[in-house]
Amino acid sequence: MNLEELQRTMGAAVMQPLTAEEEMQQQDVTGRWNGRPMAEVAGEFIAPNSRLTAFERLEIYNRQYWFRLQSAFHEDFAGLRAVVGTERFETLMNAYLAAHPSRSFTLRNLGSKLLDWLIQNPKYLGRRVALALDVVRVEWACIEAFDNAEYAPLSVAEVAAVGADSRLALQPHVQLLALSYPADDLVLDMHRQQRKESSEAGTRPDSHEDDSQAPLRLRKRATWLAVHRADLSLYYKRLTLPEYRTLNAIRDGLTLPVALEAGFAGSRLTVPVQLDLVRQWFANWAELGWICKPQ
Amino acid sequence: MAANRFNGFQNHGVGIGLRIPHYEHIFAHEPAVDWFEIISENYMVDGGRPLHMLDRIMEHYRVVQHGVSMYFGSAQAPDREHLSRLKSLVKRTKTPWLSDHLCWGSIDGTYSHDLLPLPYTWEAVEKTAARIREVQDFLEIPVAVENVSSYAEFVASEMTEWEFLNEVVERADCGILLDVNNIYVSSVNHDFAPMDYVNAVPAERVAQIHIAGHTRYEKYILDTHDHPVIDPVWQLYARAVERCGPTPTLLEWDDRIPSFDEVWAEARKAERYLQPVPSSVEPLLTGAAR
Repeated sequence: MNLEELQRTMGAAVMQPLTAEEEMQQQDVTGRWNGRPMAEVAGEFIAPNSRLTAFERLEIYNRQYWFRLQSAFHEDFAGLRAVVGTERFETLMNAYLAAHPSRSFTLRNLGSKLLDWLIQNPKYLGRRVALALDVVRVEWACIEAFDNAEYAPLSVAEVAAVGADSRLALQPHVQLLALSYPADDLVLDMHRQQRKESSEAGTRPDSHEDDSQAPLRLRKRATWLAVHRADLSLYYKRLTLPEYRTLNAIRDGLTLPVALEAGFAGSRLTVPVQLDLVRQWFANWAELGWICKPQ
Repeated sequence: MAANRFNGFQNHGVGIGLRIPHYEHIFAHEPAVDWFEIISENYMVDGGRPLHMLDRIMEHYRVVQHGVSMYFGSAQAPDREHLSRLKSLVKRTKTPWLSDHLCWGSIDGTYSHDLLPLPYTWEAVEKTAARIREVQDFLEIPVAVENVSSYAEFVASEMTEWEFLNEVVERADCGILLDVNNIYVSSVNHDFAPMDYVNAVPAERVAQIHIAGHTRYEKYILDTHDHPVIDPVWQLYARAVERCGPTPTLLEWDDRIPSFDEVWAEARKAERYLQPVPSSVEPLLTGAAR
């Protein structure tokens, strides 16, 4: 077995799902080794010592892999866990991580495919599918808003001088969401602890302990939201539908008149009222530093 | 301090790992820490609080970058995005050298986020050394590779871990971040004499030393970085300093992190080994350390 094949083999073994008792599978469950005993598979490349078999030595890495990923996932999606319950959360987490193992050098991106995967696999969410999806949208937006780039913002004067053909851009940390529930209230309630850092410590995560809290009870209500960063802290800002549409159009690179047309599509507001709103929006966005030049 | 070309001829003394729970204390009290080691991946982002805090730290302290996901031993090519983000951070921090682990951790684009051990084979020597050279050339700063704690050995291995380390660093012409706690952990897990390892390392290539605590289980030791340094590890450290000269030293404490003062007090224990001992004074360590 050459180095690459050995790493492929060990990688598959290390990333194989654990049993319900959080131990390494006795039999291959991936099909890679045709259901053979893992003790046999491990013995082909791992040497035993006087105290541990090849299986037991490989199991240390198998468990560390899952504990590390589960720890990161718990920290990122505490709100989702509160909505679906701990047991269901554990099941969906393990299924998601098996379907979408990390493809990035940083665990920060671990949940990047979660929303799409849950939309395709709603069975993992129980009865409150729409709320759970909204919570995931908000929690992922928080991750993006926390450390996405921030370019030099346009000042109020610069925004005022924008011409009809100008293209503007939205700061990368500003995340725009259209929700069925005011899920930001719930997430705000859940995310009270700071995100953990990467390290080399091989430890069992504390977040495995059942510290889930009862989530706020929410009524369904169409909500447009910006998750953004100001003075290094995360904030939620509720938007109106025209404001949300306009910001999205700016993000898509449309010129200002086209973006405003998209924003007010179907609106019954009179033109003077619309103009007044636009003036208020831009004053507000400029104050928050949301608008920048396209990079 | 043992300044050499692998640590940019710097005279860094004793430092500790920069961790979020200590930010407040550091900014409020500006303790006299010689330097901080940062985990590169925590700052390889586009903006926000992590970079802001790093900039504030750099106003008062020297920092050195230490990575956890370069995976010098991975058989496949390094992730280009990772490398370019790392280089941006190197420019920002002006780190005099950069370290990461002698291990692998990704395959076919999937990341384990663990420091997986390598088989000690000639093929692994060649591939790992080539990758270190590639990274060193790209980053344009000295690179030091750290020996990892391991819990498994490979049937395919053709040499000891220290022979493997020596072959890799010679071929890559890079430095060593000698982690004496990792040597101790692996020595217990794999039944070898840790002092043999320390004695075999090419002293002139040691850019930095790591010390840390660990957790002992019934049948093996896990490298948890959540305890003080134990005496046998201090003995290995003393021997390493004896061989390499006073060397930039860093205490790692990554889990169940105590107060800043407790971590710093533990790190400063290293100073007694770094300072020259007057000839009239008995050596601090005898026996196993010699």
